[in-house]
Amino acid sequence: MGLNFTPVTQNARILSVGAYRPPRVVPNSEIVDRIDSTDEWIQQRTGIQTRHIADSDESLIDMATKAAEQAIARAGLKAEQIDAVIFATISYPYQAPSAATELLIRLGNTKAAAFDISAACAGFCYGVALANDMVQAKTSNYVLVIGGEKLSDFTDPDDRATAFIFADGAGAVVIGPSQDVGIGPTIWGANAETRDAIVLEPSYLDYKKNPGKTDLGWPNISQQGQTVFRWAVYEIAPIALRALEAAGLTPDNLAAFIPHQANERIIDSLAKSMKLPDTVAIARDIRTTGNTSAASIPLAMDALLKERPELHGKSALLVGFGAGLVYAGQVVELPPVPKN
Amino acid sequence: MALTQDAVLAGIKEIVVEVAGIDANLIAMDKKFSDDLDVDSLSMVEVVVAAEEKFGVKIPDEEVTKMATVGDAVNYIVANGK
Repeated sequence: MGLNFTPVTQNARILSVGAYRPPRVVPNSEIVDRIDSTDEWIQQRTGIQTRHIADSDESLIDMATKAAEQAIARAGLKAEQIDAVIFATISYPYQAPSAATELLIRLGNTKAAAFDISAACAGFCYGVALANDMVQAKTSNYVLVIGGEKLSDFTDPDDRATAFIFADGAGAVVIGPSQDVGIGPTIWGANAETRDAIVLEPSYLDYKKNPGKTDLGWPNISQQGQTVFRWAVYEIAPIALRALEAAGLTPDNLAAFIPHQANERIIDSLAKSMKLPDTVAIARDIRTTGNTSAASIPLAMDALLKERPELHGKSALLVGFGAGLVYAGQVVELPPVPKN
Repeated sequence: MALTQDAVLAGIKEIVVEVAGIDANLIAMDKKFSDDLDVDSLSMVEVVVAAEEKFGVKIPDEEVTKMATVGDAVNYIVANGK
């Protein structure tokens, strides 16, 4: 006998965004000596002027809790009303239990469905896609999507290719029911043949198989800059345009573009390739936040709304791309002016 | 028709002028992209992608890293172009 129920659906939207940046601001001048570089060189290659780095006693979950609490309060909700938590991260230092369940403890809501996703810099957009489907299908009502990273724990300060790029922070959104459609179709996928372009290694097993071997080093992120840049600009621009088209929009009627904040040169090249008109507000949080992987899009969204409050409720094209290589893009209606 | 060195050099000049915004007269076979023409590693990616489109040739990343001078790029495209 088949199941005896009729599926019901509802629309979903982003209800609020919350952000947390650790207080310590690190300028390029503090980084350059160890990598024999200059402030000018870093700014020219990446657009980064300063970034926020957490202190050693401030954990990923400390940051995530602050971003999550702000997002929940701004949605006019209480933590116990959240019925699912999706945590996008690559820098939680445990395989299990998940970062999402540690966050539940801190939020004082230990009953919600909770899990982590590993989609690196695309993780936030993957999370938005899942949360949208969950709310639409009424699997959940209020989903907290959080992108949080403490990349300073997994960045080699002597690596000339990465030391100046990665940083720390957390951003969150609450996705919930809506009168109108507030999240467009997600265009996503992978180019897994280029999986070696960004890696975090060695693995746990490398240590187990080589007990006492001290030159394995700490697991740090490494990346092939030119390969990633080429992919990010020339493969992602068409993906972003497909997401725009899938939402029934054109560059002319888009209000904002909030790509993953990987590198300002990538942002510039994407905007150029996509022929975005000057009327589109482009998030450039990278300049003062660095690349915070899964956290970068919600952090940039929060910064853009602070700078341009008139964008509340307007359309924004989000696109995340990173280690995998994986990508996801979707158009969202930006959250309304916060309730709290 | 096979690509000639002169034709490819002329095409590369146009691309480098567009990407790096420098005077076309400064661009010659022996000029180094990074030291002489202000084309850094990321701008080099833009040059390569534009060259691939213009000349219908595929330039893998490992070849890009070997291209120090304009001549290196021109010769690769002449040798591998249609």
